[in-house]
Amino acid sequence: MRQLKDVARYVRSKNAGPFWVTVDVFCDDQASYDTLCAAPSLGAVAIAELYGVGSNHVRIFHDDNLKVIKISFPRPIAQGSTLDVDSHAGQQFVPLLSVAV
Amino acid sequence: MPTPVKVLVPTGALGAGCPEDAFQRGVSLGPDVLAVDAGSTDSGPYYLGAAVSKMTDAATKNDLRQLMLARDKLGVPLIVGSCGTSGTNAGVDWMARLCEEIAVEEGLTPTVALVYSELTAAGLAPYLAKGAITPLPPMGELTQARLDECDHIVGLLGYEPLAAAIAAGADIVLAGRTTDTAVIAAVPLMRGLPAGASWHAAKTSECGGLCTVQTRRGGVFMTIDETGFDIEPLAADNRCTPFTVSSHLLYENADPYRLTEPGVVLDAKGASYTALDDRVVRVTGSRAETRPYTMKLEGSGAAGYRTMIFTAVSDPKIMDRIGDWLSRLEAFLREGIGKVLKIEAADYQLDLRPYGWNALDPRRAPTDRPPIEVGLMVLATAATQARATEIAKFCNPYLLHFPLNPDDPLPSFAFPFSPAEVVLGPQYEFKLNHVVHLDDPCELAVTRTFIAGRGEFHAAA
Repeated sequence: MRQLKDVARYVRSKNAGPFWVTVDVFCDDQASYDTLCAAPSLGAVAIAELYGVGSNHVRIFHDDNLKVIKISFPRPIAQGSTLDVDSHAGQQFVPLLSVAV
Repeated sequence: MPTPVKVLVPTGALGAGCPEDAFQRGVSLGPDVLAVDAGSTDSGPYYLGAAVSKMTDAATKNDLRQLMLARDKLGVPLIVGSCGTSGTNAGVDWMARLCEEIAVEEGLTPTVALVYSELTAAGLAPYLAKGAITPLPPMGELTQARLDECDHIVGLLGYEPLAAAIAAGADIVLAGRTTDTAVIAAVPLMRGLPAGASWHAAKTSECGGLCTVQTRRGGVFMTIDETGFDIEPLAADNRCTPFTVSSHLLYENADPYRLTEPGVVLDAKGASYTALDDRVVRVTGSRAETRPYTMKLEGSGAAGYRTMIFTAVSDPKIMDRIGDWLSRLEAFLREGIGKVLKIEAADYQLDLRPYGWNALDPRRAPTDRPPIEVGLMVLATAATQARATEIAKFCNPYLLHFPLNPDDPLPSFAFPFSPAEVVLGPQYEFKLNHVVHLDDPCELAVTRTFIAGRGEFHAAA
């Protein structure tokens, strides 16, 4: 089974306001994009488990034109709060790189 | 039929700079307005809580001077939104002082409108009482107590108060907290151009050159018309492509297609992106839906004071059982803080961050790969700085020497600083993610006008 980092071209994460994180998964070709769109590990339940958030708040968008999967979820800890370790959520894509697709 | 409006956006954040050659090329294209955002919540709750700017005076003044000189030459409006990073009244006054200094230095006398949007808990109380404040996910219902916890509250201005200031004759508008897009959409909208094209153009260019191929070569130039907009980089040797322009809607947005602004939702799902040549893209087909008028609220309040200690560990014996060691260390420190310092668990926070070993992993999952070394950041947070430092000082000897097993010879770890305690000062947290429903878009905006360069400006805040 391949990992996401072997299939996607580029993955990034960023805060979307102080209370949300958004992760963008860019694909180079249709086959890679189709593989990732179909992967259960990129579904709302799996994402919620991976990031420790409620699955009913996970939002997933498939942009067929850009071949991008966009995953957004509320931050467990608001940006810059006392226990926050990644204010801009810039490294929050990393756990996704090794999920099996 | 309204005539097209040309907008020059020099950079995504005033103070981040725009190369002079790229900027002057944009000026030569004859913009109808210069528009730039100067702030954001992106850098965290401190700047709003403490009401200070993230950018330096020098960098901000450089950029403002470039824009004020171009504005004077072109005779068009200049709009700066979210002055002073967080858009507090103090941020607007800070920007106004820089503007006044530049006007004196350059011999300019523009009419400057200051549009303030800082709010108070007391001022918002009537809105709360009549149910006119509602939460955005994931936040719950607002209480007056929550409002009272905020040191500073700002409301995000829409385009209307900016347009009103320009209509009243302002050459320069320096605004408090404003949506990044309203700054750019203001003139196209006030000149009657369609909301879909205006808001989509604004959303695309709010980060300056981020929607171009070479993101650090300056901002963008847009022409908004009846059916859409054209966008190109300011720099002649930079390019916009359908991919760079359309994918920018993904950036920092939870939803890439539907974007909420005061009184309107932009729907970019059906938009088309066409390359006009190798550096200019035309965008058509975006729609805007009118909504009841709401202003988003941002609030930041103190959450104690912090002191940090940072130590580093590379002892292979500890690295092999780093998880065990950290658990024992934390338990030992917490017990001592209670017994020796007599500080209750509820009265402080102690946060151990093993950088190099899952400090950034949301699940703190164990790894099968022992790290070579770990930088252990320990953060003590308490109601006063003295108490936070007291906790950090208590931790100090154990962060220098804490054995894996009680009968091991005493190890010594690596402090990079003396003193080991680093005072971080006040800690703030964002408290609000709510909107206030307004009857009039300008209801909570306060506008004050002066002529720069004549000593008329006096800070309001």
